[in-house]
Amino acid sequence: MADDSTTTVAGPVRRRGATVSGHRRLVAAAGFLVTLAVTFLGLLAITFFIGRIVPIDPVLAVVGDRAPAAVYERVRVEMGLDRPLTTQFVSYVGDVLTGNFGMSVSTGRPVLEDLARVFPATLEMATLGIIIGVLLGVPLGVIAASRRGSLLDQAIRVVGLLGYSVPAFWLGLVGLAVFYARLNWVGGPGRVEIFLDGIVQPVTGLLLIDSIIAGDWEVFGNAVWHLILPASCLGFFSLAYIARMTRSFMLDQLSQEYVTTARVKGVPERLVIWRHAFRPIRVPLITVIGLSYAGLLEGSVMIETIFSWPGIGNYLTVALLNADMSAVLGSTLVVGAVFIGINKISDVLYRVLDPRAR
Amino acid sequence: MATFRDWLIDDSPASPMQARLGRLYRIFGALMHNPLAVIGAIIIICLILAALFAPWLATHDPLRQALAERLLPPSAAHWMGTDELGRDIWSRVVYGARITLMIVALVAVLAAPAGLVIGVVSGYFGGWVDRILMGITDIFLSLPKLILALAFVAALGPGIENAIIAIAITSWPGYARVARAETLTFKNSEFIAAVRLLGASSIRVNLGHVLPLCTSSMIIRVTLDMAGIILTAAGLGFIGLGAQPPLPEWGAMISRGRSFILDQWWVATMPGFAIILVSLGFCFLGDGLRDVLDPKSGEQR
Repeated sequence: MADDSTTTVAGPVRRRGATVSGHRRLVAAAGFLVTLAVTFLGLLAITFFIGRIVPIDPVLAVVGDRAPAAVYERVRVEMGLDRPLTTQFVSYVGDVLTGNFGMSVSTGRPVLEDLARVFPATLEMATLGIIIGVLLGVPLGVIAASRRGSLLDQAIRVVGLLGYSVPAFWLGLVGLAVFYARLNWVGGPGRVEIFLDGIVQPVTGLLLIDSIIAGDWEVFGNAVWHLILPASCLGFFSLAYIARMTRSFMLDQLSQEYVTTARVKGVPERLVIWRHAFRPIRVPLITVIGLSYAGLLEGSVMIETIFSWPGIGNYLTVALLNADMSAVLGSTLVVGAVFIGINKISDVLYRVLDPRAR
Repeated sequence: MATFRDWLIDDSPASPMQARLGRLYRIFGALMHNPLAVIGAIIIICLILAALFAPWLATHDPLRQALAERLLPPSAAHWMGTDELGRDIWSRVVYGARITLMIVALVAVLAAPAGLVIGVVSGYFGGWVDRILMGITDIFLSLPKLILALAFVAALGPGIENAIIAIAITSWPGYARVARAETLTFKNSEFIAAVRLLGASSIRVNLGHVLPLCTSSMIIRVTLDMAGIILTAAGLGFIGLGAQPPLPEWGAMISRGRSFILDQWWVATMPGFAIILVSLGFCFLGDGLRDVLDPKSGEQR
């Protein structure tokens, strides 16, 4: 809703001469890479800063508060905390680039190893979530726009606003109580039943794909059974956003003169909507879907907590409650980097696919 | 009354005061014709009233434990039932309105002016100032808000004050963007040039003439953001990093009711309805305000 204004269909038509376009494209690509690098550096600066404002003295955490001053000082130097902040930041960037995210206090393993283990679970849930969101959200948005002002339109509008008003953890909790406990339509918390856990050899870490590779259909079915509810809860939020944006894009198109022309020519309304009006909004919709997908990776934090889903959100909340800062900052970095990455990719796709933005 | 109304809608107001009141009256009138906005406004007025008159609306002491009456279903004595310590959920939800209102008000007071000043300065001065400020803003904008808020609270320590600070830190960039865009549209207009020719300093131009013009789009943006702020605060409370027990914060209440969701569903669901209602109220009102104050983007939607 707040982002309605940032992505509009009709932009100024920019025409550029074919002769300079190659050069310009190179400059644009270089500029893009610089922005990307600066954004990542900014992310690192923020996590570095957060790591510095922690009220717990990292040296005391290592040596204990009874250590003599000499030991304290030696450890402080060993940890590099006596050096100027800029030097510390440079070595922090170096650490992150070489994959050294520190050790997790709660699991006792390197944070990077933990993250590699938990990330596929989140990816699997968010991907199914966005698929649900797109498959339902786009048609709902189109229908709402084509019957503007009708009761159906109002209902879809309210559903769209509910996506901004329902707490994800509450939706998951109620969903679990109704669809799992009362109706028993879906599986409970976790990725699979405990007796099926660990049967399939992890290859990709995506359980659905791994079980297909292994040919174990029992695990596959059980995994779908468990995945469907959390993914639907997550998908609801992208459905709300995508339906809202689709509706507003479609209304923009339906008020254009070419639509009137098509109608006057006697093109059936169904074709006017899907063949004429829907085509130009596919490109901006890609941006919306990209944004929504990135948002789902973030939104999965709450859903994973409810469903005991062994993904990055669950890992992050456990780390938060244990004040395990290496794990917190590592998860923040990874989610942030993926978030930035998806945003930039959808940005690039928009430029590549929209002839006016080339 | 009719004469007062005529005075308000007078096309040639005699004083700035009359013009301002007339504008407010027209906005109010237009809002009243938008059913969703009216519903939203009513919900928010109810929230404010509940916060103000909590001691009179509550039927019980929100913190008083009565272990003999634990986990009772909704009834005439306990309208929303009781929680695991026998506390009356209706009374806790009513007192929770105070906490929610305090959170949204403080975040708005902290983040909106900060974003406004950064955006106006950036847009007005342009050049390097603009590049640096907007670079920082864009970095914050491109990061996931909830995760960032979680990390900040983890560093600052749990508690409602730190939750408010963390949410404010993640909310200002949106306001800075809006304020900058508005400033750019006014910057080169003739009345600003006239004020500058009169010898006004840039501080005076910005404070007296540019800032006030940004307020209407800021109000829209802040209202639309309120739902997100409420959800983030509730989420922090739910994880255990926001308001701490025994404070009757809605997110924390849902967290407490989590273990009873199967048999005593009311413990977790009731505060959830309160969150949804209030967030919806802000969404409805924000949508309505945008339709009225910003017809360019509003009429299409």
